[in-house]
Amino acid sequence: MGKTLFDKVWDRHVVSSETGEPTVIYVDAHLIHEVTSPQAFAELRSRGLRVRRPEQTFATMDHAIPTRDIPLWPDDAQAQVGALRDNCGQFGITLWDIKGDVQGIVHVVAPEMGVTQPGMTIVCGDSHTSTHGAFGALAFGIGTSEVAHVLASQCLMQEKPKTFAINVEGRLAPGVTAKDIILAIIAKNGASGGVGHVFEYRGSTVRNLSMANRMTICNMSIEGGARAGMIAPDITTYEYMYGRPYAPTGKAWNDAVIEWSALATDDDAEFDRSLDIDAGALEPMVTYGTNPGMGVPVTGAVPQGTDLEDEQQRRDLEAALDYMGLVQGQPMQGQHVDIVFIGSCTNSRLEDLREAAAIVKGRRVADHVEALVVPGSKAVKAAAEEEGLDRVFAEAGFQWRGAGCSMCLAMNDDKAGTGKYVASTSNRNFRGRQGPGSRSLLMSPIMAAAAAVEGQVVDVRGMLR
Amino acid sequence: MEKVDLIRARAVPLRADNVDTDQIIPARYLTAITTDGMGDGLFASWRYLDTGEPNPEFVLNNPEYKGAEILVAGANFGSGSSREHAVWALAQYGFKCVLAPSFGDIFYNNSLKNGFLPVVLPKEAIDALWEVLEDDPETQLWVDLRTQNVRMPDQQSLRFEIDPFRRDCLLQGLDDLGFLLAKEDQIAAFEAGRARPAAA
Repeated sequence: MGKTLFDKVWDRHVVSSETGEPTVIYVDAHLIHEVTSPQAFAELRSRGLRVRRPEQTFATMDHAIPTRDIPLWPDDAQAQVGALRDNCGQFGITLWDIKGDVQGIVHVVAPEMGVTQPGMTIVCGDSHTSTHGAFGALAFGIGTSEVAHVLASQCLMQEKPKTFAINVEGRLAPGVTAKDIILAIIAKNGASGGVGHVFEYRGSTVRNLSMANRMTICNMSIEGGARAGMIAPDITTYEYMYGRPYAPTGKAWNDAVIEWSALATDDDAEFDRSLDIDAGALEPMVTYGTNPGMGVPVTGAVPQGTDLEDEQQRRDLEAALDYMGLVQGQPMQGQHVDIVFIGSCTNSRLEDLREAAAIVKGRRVADHVEALVVPGSKAVKAAAEEEGLDRVFAEAGFQWRGAGCSMCLAMNDDKAGTGKYVASTSNRNFRGRQGPGSRSLLMSPIMAAAAAVEGQVVDVRGMLR
Repeated sequence: MEKVDLIRARAVPLRADNVDTDQIIPARYLTAITTDGMGDGLFASWRYLDTGEPNPEFVLNNPEYKGAEILVAGANFGSGSSREHAVWALAQYGFKCVLAPSFGDIFYNNSLKNGFLPVVLPKEAIDALWEVLEDDPETQLWVDLRTQNVRMPDQQSLRFEIDPFRRDCLLQGLDDLGFLLAKEDQIAAFEAGRARPAAA
């Protein structure tokens, strides 16, 4: 029997696999940031350990940092950033510092720098590490104890996950994006449908997606319950990677491409589970509830509790709608929006901003809406400014920010107020995720741009040019 | 790491599925550079009103459940963010164990690394426990890691599964880092055998 992409990458990284013990797998690239790493370094110090492979560890600052110029940072953000600088300095780790030219959301910067490569194992103390699976890497989030394990040993103890094929076939209609594909997958399969599995996104629709779009899909694997999501590398992957700072060069590049091209799942490989998605039937999606599985097409309505069989599901729906201030059966179109956030590791890359800007150009943000665009990295920001996207957004009434996680998780100074509805391109609509009492409506960048202009949830397909 | 064997304690019914780690501890409590003081942030958005006063409607604030060491929650508990702060917060608040029909993968792993016991029980058992615990908050549960059994209030025992290696680590209070460091020879051999260096 053939092997899946996941099996091939897993097998190449097994350091030890003894009966009665968890498998030990080797980590090629370890990404760290200011929030989940300080306690891991403290652990190292308390045991007198070194960082085993500092040259395979890369750090940046993204979660706690402000994304606008403020004279004085909060003490806690300063302390976390200061600790990261000290730790990287002491242990010899490359740091993409906010003071330098390279910095941004860790899952945007690492691919830009060419650190993310097919066939690798990549981990980070952040659940959206699944993003890097878009390159055919096995990439997943870990806790802080495991950050310490990787720093000290470059290895992790893992139970082998199961495989889950997600086959996406067909042609996307205009106005339907990668974000809608992944929101539709999670709506269909549930927020816990992928627990214990690694997704592999397959099929003609996926093959035709750009790297930015592939990253959007893999990014939200965790919202579908899977720790990792993967896409086989191909010419699109290589074109994106070629010439990036950490990508191989010369003969090493040619050798690498040959090796990477053998990673794709074999024709006779079998998956533990599978799901088929008809891309041609998809519409722009929007979430109505408090977990990412609570999503519907924009032309749809909030579900009725009577549609649900399980009593606990009915209670959860009622609780979610009570929190969201929405009612059963309410159409999604016309839902009021207070804030529009375009950004996050899901949707802050140049293409996302270009597409949103095309909707916004020549239009105005509705008077009652606060709208912000937060590029994923300094490189994205510079490239967008080169194209004049910053002016398009600013003229429409958007705020144009510096790179960071910003309002995706409300642990910096970008927070939505209590009761505010946020049309957001981020990945989580959990209660209070974007600020205490905030109400998130997840959608694609073009849907968020359209919501900013209209001040309510609208079907972007009526605004395409 | 503290050893885990028999947990005999009262329990809190938390009737909700998909309790994500942003609920367990909101991001605004993640600004520390140590593991201390996380207990205050546990379920902060549910526990406290906007005024900062305890929310009397939230089950943890019900004095009848004070001192409980076991949390009984719905499916997909601990989904979402990888923040280990969620486990630290539960443990520092005083919980030793969570019973649920399923867990987020990263949360489950993080729990085991902190001597905090995640136990998977069938949904029907959780439903039954919720009923009993709501009727009688004094109910004591026994969670025995040695025999892998939860003794239900009706004296029935329910077996739960846990990886034998993980079980031994918890029973003996062993942490993973020691195990990994002992693999040094194999790690070095693995690195030496690679065709090309990894990231660098």
